[in-house]
Amino acid sequence: MSAIILFTAVSIAQLLLAVAMLIASVRIFVGPRAQDRIISLDTLYISAMLLLVTFSIGTGRTVYFEAALVIGLLGFVATLALAKFLMRGEVIE
Amino acid sequence: MTEQVLDLPLWAAIAVAIFLVLGALLTLIGTIGFLRLPTFYERLHAPTLGTSGGVGAILLASIIYFSVGTGRLVVHEILIGLFVSITTPVTFMLLARAALHRDRAEKDPDVPAKAPAK
Repeated sequence: MSAIILFTAVSIAQLLLAVAMLIASVRIFVGPRAQDRIISLDTLYISAMLLLVTFSIGTGRTVYFEAALVIGLLGFVATLALAKFLMRGEVIE
Repeated sequence: MTEQVLDLPLWAAIAVAIFLVLGALLTLIGTIGFLRLPTFYERLHAPTLGTSGGVGAILLASIIYFSVGTGRLVVHEILIGLFVSITTPVTFMLLARAALHRDRAEKDPDVPAKAPAK
């Protein structure tokens, strides 16, 4: 019984997160300016990270956790560098 | 599902299911708001629903699942939660300032001019 509940919940959550990633990538294409595209990249990687955590619940393995942590770390650095680039025109002054 | 799934009691499975769907739903709502709001400064607010509520709920589901499933306390998900909740305000603050700088440089009439220095 609990396996059925878990499987259904994981499937629904994966579907919702995939739709969220799809919407974020739509905004990457239509976003009128560069800052919109950077925010949608940010939203995209947060959704991908949550999708990986959901995978780890679905399969019962903890290896996906480390991948989620790395996505979180690198995504932050990428967004920060892009914001700096918009502000100054170069990343390292 | 063919993978080896941890055996959970019913109450834990229901709690994990509720938090998982809640987190995914919050993330989706935040993203929909991000698609629909009209200006950039309004759009900036919507994805934080996913980075606060969504991340919190899904990581809580993961903590409950692995703690109950393996019989010992597993809290390494807190690391992700802490990191995301620290870095998201920094990122969005910097992006908002960068957007303001760009709009002012283009003399956008919707953006107020820079306050005079004291």
